[in-house]
Amino acid sequence: MLELNFVTVAFFVFSLITLGGGWGVVTNKNLFRGTIWLMVSLFGVAGLFLTLSAPFLAAVQILVYIGAIAILFTFAVMLTRSLTNLRERYYRTWVNVLGAGALFLLLVLGVIAPVWIANPDRALPVSDQVVRTVDFGVALASGEGFVLPFEVASLLLTAAMIGAIVIARDADEA
Amino acid sequence: MVPLWMYLVVAAALFSLGTFGVLARRNGVAVLLSVELMLNAVNINLVAFWRYSAPTEIGGFAFAAFVFVIAAAEAAVGLAIIISIYRSRHSVIPEEADTLKG
Amino acid sequence: MDCVGLCDVLAQAGWDRGLAQFLSLFVGVILVSGLPLVTVIFLIWVERKVAARIQDRLGPNRVGPFGLLQTFADLIKLLIKEDITPAAADRLLYNAAPILSFASVVLIWAVVPFTPYHIGTDLEIGALYFVAVASLGTLAVMTAGWASNNKYALLGAFRVVALLVSYEIPLVFALIVPVLLAGSMSMMDIVHAQAGMWFVFMAPLAMVLFFVSSQAETGRAPFDLIEAESELVAGFNIEYSGMKFGMFFAAEFLHVFTNGILLAVLFFGGWQGPLANEPLIAFVWLGIKGSLLYFVSLWMRNTLPRLRIDQVMRFNWFFLVPLSIVQLLVIAGLVMILKEIGLVPLNAQGHIDLASASFLSMLPMTLVLFFANVLIALPVVQWLRENGRKLRERDEQRTRRAIAANAAGAVGD
Repeated sequence: MLELNFVTVAFFVFSLITLGGGWGVVTNKNLFRGTIWLMVSLFGVAGLFLTLSAPFLAAVQILVYIGAIAILFTFAVMLTRSLTNLRERYYRTWVNVLGAGALFLLLVLGVIAPVWIANPDRALPVSDQVVRTVDFGVALASGEGFVLPFEVASLLLTAAMIGAIVIARDADEA
Repeated sequence: MVPLWMYLVVAAALFSLGTFGVLARRNGVAVLLSVELMLNAVNINLVAFWRYSAPTEIGGFAFAAFVFVIAAAEAAVGLAIIISIYRSRHSVIPEEADTLKG
Repeated sequence: MDCVGLCDVLAQAGWDRGLAQFLSLFVGVILVSGLPLVTVIFLIWVERKVAARIQDRLGPNRVGPFGLLQTFADLIKLLIKEDITPAAADRLLYNAAPILSFASVVLIWAVVPFTPYHIGTDLEIGALYFVAVASLGTLAVMTAGWASNNKYALLGAFRVVALLVSYEIPLVFALIVPVLLAGSMSMMDIVHAQAGMWFVFMAPLAMVLFFVSSQAETGRAPFDLIEAESELVAGFNIEYSGMKFGMFFAAEFLHVFTNGILLAVLFFGGWQGPLANEPLIAFVWLGIKGSLLYFVSLWMRNTLPRLRIDQVMRFNWFFLVPLSIVQLLVIAGLVMILKEIGLVPLNAQGHIDLASASFLSMLPMTLVLFFANVLIALPVVQWLRENGRKLRERDEQRTRRAIAANAAGAVGD
């Protein structure tokens, strides 16, 4: 039986926010509102990270998504504004509803239920100790840690930035 | 704490919502919004597995952190492409960008 | 979770422990978020009074002693005004934007250390949390501009977002310096690390960068092209009236003061000062430092003219961003070198540890870092002067040519 404490309540609240926001994203006709719903959903995900004792990831989630990607999406929605109100909302709706529903059932009944619900010993964390943010920072910069992925990631970001500027630029501006 | 499978169910639900959005939406921006949902569902899974099975190892944590980088790069380039297509074809529907088709 | 303070008292009195914990946290949240709400009422009075004195006016002086109750009168006026929602507006988002805008400022107060023992919550990632919640304000502006369904509001919002997103970069680079020196992102640790020496002496450039970019983040002069009444008819909040406008207004005023407090915490030792072990005295120290910095910000606002949008962007991308990157690299490199030489106070694990270092043991390190900052600053100031002169000469030449052309045109008629 579930113990009722802060973490449990927070989990259910944030799950509700996450899934409610996700529902808003896929059902909303208005794309600007869809973007805001995405932010609500990702805010819920940040909350879930908090309940998983990863405050660093939660803060980065809010910073990257709400601070940067949300703004990108709103700009994209406005630059393509004539289509903000979608005329036809969906395409092959029922097939896709059935497909997504089947995927969900497959994941829950086929993977999660037999492996994790059936084994109660896998339900709880193996330890209450978690990685500290400082250790993560040290690992990112140390040779035995993640210095190579870190450098590759920054290279990727630089490439993406340059690429985005080049692609989105007007041809006659160049 | 909440048992692990509850996180997995939430992530599965979010992933399915995202899948539906990607398949059913026609607007390119809406498709990208749904892709973000799917990426985040995966990230919930990654962080949950890290917390429940190896919370003292940095690997799982770092994996989730790098997904943010990919998500940011994907959003930037994806939206740039959509804006570029909109400029040349006045449409944000991915199927209509078919000039390369033989 | 531990149970101390009010929670302990309630638990002793026979309350359920979980309920006591919840109640004490709830009271804490009310206190931490209530403090800025009360402060803002007086901030509005202070700001109007200071602005008036700088412009050689008297300022509000009719309602109450020294006009102290003017804000309450304004508040009542705002509350009884007609609350207009444009017919074509997106109702939900239109109403949510002012709340989000105000929340983004109040949330920052959760990590401000008031005294050595009082802080909303001492997050391990306090500095990152500050950047994260401050970025909510950008979304609020965008939402307000779009939901109003007004061309001017949207144009204003575009400007604000361009400004906020750009100035976030030097802000974060400047913020990394105290984090790097303290070896921690927790606000409490950053204040503790300044026991021997304030960070402003080690990184004056970072302080200036933080000050300038946070001034831009609040949208105050010389960066107030957000408002630009003469060009944009008040920008993104044009459609808002009554208390909804009041919330944007209050959020802006509070943001300026919050920046003063943050600057004090990050660079001027926060609550550090003589007798800071006494919570009340520590709190007063923070208040004094924060208020002085707040005053400097008001002073700047009331003396400098507004910049054009292209000037603002050029100033950021061609000046602030490179400078912030250079100063961060120099400080990081110097700290590494000083660590090798043995001039940096270290703890048993070999990590940087300034919290227990005395004034004298920090002096060599401070001197080196200070002179490095001066060395960067000298050519930068020189470059700024030359660039400013060049731009001014170009503008004057253009004006002269225009006058000459006008005169020629008049003769031709």
